[in-house]
Amino acid sequence: MAEQLSVFIDNRPGRLNAVTGILRDQQINIRAMTIADHRDFGVAKLLVSDPALAQQALAEHGFAVALQPVLAVAIEDRPGGLHDLLEILAAHQINVLDAYGFVVAPSRQAIWCMTIADLAEATRLMTEQGLRVLKDRDLYAL
Amino acid sequence: MNVPAWNPAVEFMEREALEQRQLAQLRQTVAQALKTPFYQRRLAAVGLTDSKDIASLGDLRHLPYTTKDDLREAYPYGMLAVNLEQAVRLHTSSGTTGTPTVVYHTRRDLDGWTELVARCIVATGATAHDVFQNMTNYGLFTGGLGLHYGAERVGMLVIPASSGNTSRQIQLMRNFRTTVVHATPSYLLHLHAALTLEGVGLDQLRLQKAFIGAEPHSEQTRCKIEDLFQIKAYNSYGLSEMNGPGVAFECVYQTGLHLWEDAYLLEIIDPRSLQPCAEEENGEIVLTTLQRQATPLLRYRTRDLSHLVGGHCRCGRSHRRLARIKGRSDDMLIINGVNIFPSQIEEVLMKVPEVSTNYLIQVEKRGAMDRLAVKTEIDARLFTGNPRALDDLRERISELLRSAILVKPAVELHEPGSLPVSEGKAKRVVDLRPVF
Ligand SMILES: [Zn+2]
Repeated sequence: MAEQLSVFIDNRPGRLNAVTGILRDQQINIRAMTIADHRDFGVAKLLVSDPALAQQALAEHGFAVALQPVLAVAIEDRPGGLHDLLEILAAHQINVLDAYGFVVAPSRQAIWCMTIADLAEATRLMTEQGLRVLKDRDLYAL
Repeated sequence: MNVPAWNPAVEFMEREALEQRQLAQLRQTVAQALKTPFYQRRLAAVGLTDSKDIASLGDLRHLPYTTKDDLREAYPYGMLAVNLEQAVRLHTSSGTTGTPTVVYHTRRDLDGWTELVARCIVATGATAHDVFQNMTNYGLFTGGLGLHYGAERVGMLVIPASSGNTSRQIQLMRNFRTTVVHATPSYLLHLHAALTLEGVGLDQLRLQKAFIGAEPHSEQTRCKIEDLFQIKAYNSYGLSEMNGPGVAFECVYQTGLHLWEDAYLLEIIDPRSLQPCAEEENGEIVLTTLQRQATPLLRYRTRDLSHLVGGHCRCGRSHRRLARIKGRSDDMLIINGVNIFPSQIEEVLMKVPEVSTNYLIQVEKRGAMDRLAVKTEIDARLFTGNPRALDDLRERISELLRSAILVKPAVELHEPGSLPVSEGKAKRVVDLRPVF
């Protein structure tokens, strides 16, 4: 199972680049990143090349940081590619709490990451339908 | 009467007789004040040049207030009402802002102060049979010497240990079978931790009572001290401008602090309007000295907040009781007409494990309304990464605060370590409202 890093960040200038600076210093690569705005703070979610090291480095700098399992699925980068995946989930009444996607090979491959309550069940379904669920090391081998 | 008292004639005096005495003493105090350059000017401004013009206690209302800033400006001799050769001691405090203040004492002043402290001590049931270890600082600080002389007058065996050196304190307590101590509440908590660490059990001590003061503290803290040491802890109130300790003290019933009204004229005012508070309403304590020769003070604004405890104390003393000090009026915030203290906000935050006790209060004007924001830090250890949990947390804190302070603030969550660290009197309040 892939892991995503959640970081609590004050909503003011200079905080986001404090996070990216720490990751750079550790030679950690960011595969994808999204930020949810909550007025006085934001929660950044990152897929990085070494989640455990990133968590440790950020925590040492005083950041509130957590690792959470996330369902990362490889899909085709073509019209309807995402729709096919979501159809499977909808057909099984599985709710997506939070999600984001990114392209790794234009017109060929994209990754769709989801936070889902029952990850095991969703993973089983994806595999059953012939979709590839990625682990941490798969994500960075892309 | 089976209640212990040092000076029953005064302590149980009928209110009417007490007020007659207050009026006579107030006239003397005004006469004394008129000898100082500061009050000559101040009282002339309200048309008072002769103490005989004071016809009743109600006339006190026409006198101007005295503030700490006045004391600073009058430093060092502006409020001295006697010749220097009559003064036998001074206590000066530098305060946190730098400019010092000074209070002088004649021999009679010291005698009066000692008498008040003796009353306080005996009101708790302590006697000449007690061994008294004074764990507060001797010197310019008034707590050490104030209690020292009072305890000697009562006839206790006094150990002038002064503050600090905890191992030595423990040794003294064991060797001399100390029965009563005087200390700040925080020092007593520290002392208990040290006793545990040194493996000294309560059975090796003879401690029965503690006089605690010099720091505002909660009823919870008192109970904790009583529990830890298996003793009775009595709350002491005083301030250096009013001699020091001996202004008000709890009796054996521990239901508020009797203020010695033959020595201090008490008023409680709304610090905003400066008008008297209604009976039992919270406000700023204002005191007028009634017996002091060297440094008489009229309507001194103590900045301490409290209220009168209604009804009569079971001990039968006629001197009224103050509730424990709630905080300083300097700290009070008025948000849309509601009085709020930072300590109330701190208490709520202490109950929420997901946030630290570091906080910042910010007040702004939004149209005609005040907007209160409470900024706090999340605790990194309890961060789950779930943003919705943070929204719920913010709402939960906001609701807890609303039930505590009657104003619903905007709660902000911030990174651990991003707010100023609490160091004694850290600046916790940022008021951005325009001043009128
Ligand atoms: Zn009483």
